[in-house]
Amino acid sequence: MSGNEAIARGVYEAGVRFAAAYPGTPSTEIMEEFVKYDGVYAEWAPNEKVAVEVAIGAALGGAKALAVMKHVGVNVAADPIFTVSYTGIEGALVIISADDPSMHSSQNEQDNRNYAKFAKIPMLEPADPQEAKNFIKYAFEISEKFDTPVFFRTTTRVAHSKSVVTLKDPEMPQDATRLVHHAEKYVMVPINARIRRVEVEKRQLALKNFVENFPENKMEINDPEVGIITAGMPYNYAKEVFPDFSYLKLGMVYPLPAQLIHEFASRVKKIYVIEELDPYLEEQIKAMGIEVTGKDIFPYTNEFDPGIVKKAINSDRSGTVSPYQQSLAHRPPNLCPGCPHRGLFHALKKSKAYVHGDIGCYTLSYLKPLEGLHSCICMGASIGMAHGMSKALKEKGKGKVVGVIGDSTFLHSGITSLLNMAYNNSDALIIILDNSTTAMTGMQEHPGTGYTLMGKEAKKVNLNVLVSALGIENIRVINPYNIKETQIAIKDELASSGPSVIISQAPCVLFKRANLKPVPPLKIDADKCEGCRTCLTLNCPPIAWKAGITKEGSKRKGIAVIDETLCNGCGLCAQVCKFGAIS
Amino acid sequence: MKDDSRVHSVLFAGVGGQGIIRASDIMCMVMMEAGYDVKKSEVHGMAQRGGCVNSDVRYGKKVYSPLAEAGSGEILVSFEKMEALRYLKFISADASVIVNTEEIYPPAVNIGDTSYPEDVVGFLKKNYPRVVAFNAAEIAQKAGNVKAANVVLLGAVSNLLNVDKSIWETVIKKSFPQKLIKLNLDAFQMGIAA
Repeated sequence: MSGNEAIARGVYEAGVRFAAAYPGTPSTEIMEEFVKYDGVYAEWAPNEKVAVEVAIGAALGGAKALAVMKHVGVNVAADPIFTVSYTGIEGALVIISADDPSMHSSQNEQDNRNYAKFAKIPMLEPADPQEAKNFIKYAFEISEKFDTPVFFRTTTRVAHSKSVVTLKDPEMPQDATRLVHHAEKYVMVPINARIRRVEVEKRQLALKNFVENFPENKMEINDPEVGIITAGMPYNYAKEVFPDFSYLKLGMVYPLPAQLIHEFASRVKKIYVIEELDPYLEEQIKAMGIEVTGKDIFPYTNEFDPGIVKKAINSDRSGTVSPYQQSLAHRPPNLCPGCPHRGLFHALKKSKAYVHGDIGCYTLSYLKPLEGLHSCICMGASIGMAHGMSKALKEKGKGKVVGVIGDSTFLHSGITSLLNMAYNNSDALIIILDNSTTAMTGMQEHPGTGYTLMGKEAKKVNLNVLVSALGIENIRVINPYNIKETQIAIKDELASSGPSVIISQAPCVLFKRANLKPVPPLKIDADKCEGCRTCLTLNCPPIAWKAGITKEGSKRKGIAVIDETLCNGCGLCAQVCKFGAIS
Repeated sequence: MKDDSRVHSVLFAGVGGQGIIRASDIMCMVMMEAGYDVKKSEVHGMAQRGGCVNSDVRYGKKVYSPLAEAGSGEILVSFEKMEALRYLKFISADASVIVNTEEIYPPAVNIGDTSYPEDVVGFLKKNYPRVVAFNAAEIAQKAGNVKAANVVLLGAVSNLLNVDKSIWETVIKKSFPQKLIKLNLDAFQMGIAA
């Protein structure tokens, strides 16, 4: 089982039947697995803040509720999280933060253990799928017992590694939902909040006592010369290369068990703190007056592996050498064959505009040869940034500033920015890349798809009507597979005054429900191809260069060829070929 | 071999969409059935988008880390020819290399910014004691579907491991829908013979 599958199973085994989330790697599969269990309610919320608020509402109604997100999603949800820490809940509330050291599919690698300390919320961290399943049950128990939200942190290597997991029979859930009025506890006006603030500190004290005996803070005394204090996946890396050292493995990373750490320190001579990203444990342990070695020798950046741990402790600075010393061409992920974004970015590049991007498949258009983006910060940011740049540049920016955003991310956090753009009136052009799904994370539903996570038909938001209601007057819907039409629309809307929105509408090619009719693959006529490589600038995976095929009377040095097993006949390459060689 | 206290590492690498994750899943199930503790790591999110994909499979009596130490892999299974070169720093000098000789050009090669490396198999043979190289896509095509190239490669992997072939076949049967079982068993056999 993967860590994410194990978490879903653990949540179900713990008798939890309510979860809300917004998809994000490496957290997405938790919900996709959880929804398969009998009797559960699970929903995709439009963003992480909403997901947490939904879960808080359920927990205030006595339910055991789960909210799931990737690490940057916690930033979006931070507002309610910091205050639900004051109020507590009636039922139980667990918030999963799936962190991504090494940024395998993220824009930063923030260490969300800091949120636990910052928001005074206890946090558990499993080291493998078995622990993930076991610990999530503790998380709900702690939440109920201490009337607190609980953070549950995973990292990509826990979420997406697979190992053997022993299952238990699920608990029969007891319906504890109820309506209880308890306004002074839940209405966080200053007079109540000041009282709850004191309660938080009382809870902190109670938790600090609890963690001293928490069974998943485990001490293993082996060789007394060297002790390792660690938590989560790095424990496995260390244990593999240094099986004989002594270990204090923390299953709960906030609050820390001060007495246990002091005891461990008294039983070993030299202590290393092994943790990815921030010196989070190290700083707290040093503040306890204990001498440890941590970030002096271990990297601050990226995930670890057994080799990194071994070399740091052995002061071995040699790198691992490959016998192959020449540079290799990168193989970045690419838009799929026939992707509707490809035509749009090909057309947009011709406009020479500055394009603000956001998070989605279309972020892949940044790379050569499409080179479609000039900024990308976070979900929803492209609209605000395009508006701000347009306002700052005034006449200099007229007709030159674009923001692109996906349908899912527009609904996630683009609506308010577009409202702002209409209200404060700038000249930027916003293009909504509407492929009718949340494609990047694997086809999740959202309010624009017409279906829920539970597979039920739902109210489907009409983007055109929504954009119009926000106050945008220039709205145009285009088909991005028609390059000429797309180019004209972009040119016209860049030239127009005031804010404009183009909705580039075509379903994701991987989207099964779109029922796209198979189109025969295209072929390149080797006699007509002049080897100009224009079709290759589309960066479509089936189109490859074949060197050495020359032709009499032509300067060509090779031709383009199409892999018929990959091509799905979208026809973009035929539109860009100047020699009519593709049909 | 079950009492062997060492942890063994097999690294699968290739291009998104080649069935790498499925192949490493099958291998995990096989090693589990053979009585080992198994862990594997992989990175999701880009699987269908033509980027590099790799997956570590680790087995032994007790496995802690799902990631192998660089330079320690015993078998590299590369689903694409030049991708084999990218992962050499993760395997040991006496590792076995199984390589699909199919070429998939990355964008920089297609637009002419750089060239595809030459004589990859020759280079591998010069540096590693055991190199098994064949075009798995062509073999899979003969078995009935080019997509079965991953199972062809597993056939070659099975030759290097001390696990009964019948365990492999049982797991392959469980891993595919009924109508694809024969094709994949054929592909597996052709990989053994390749």
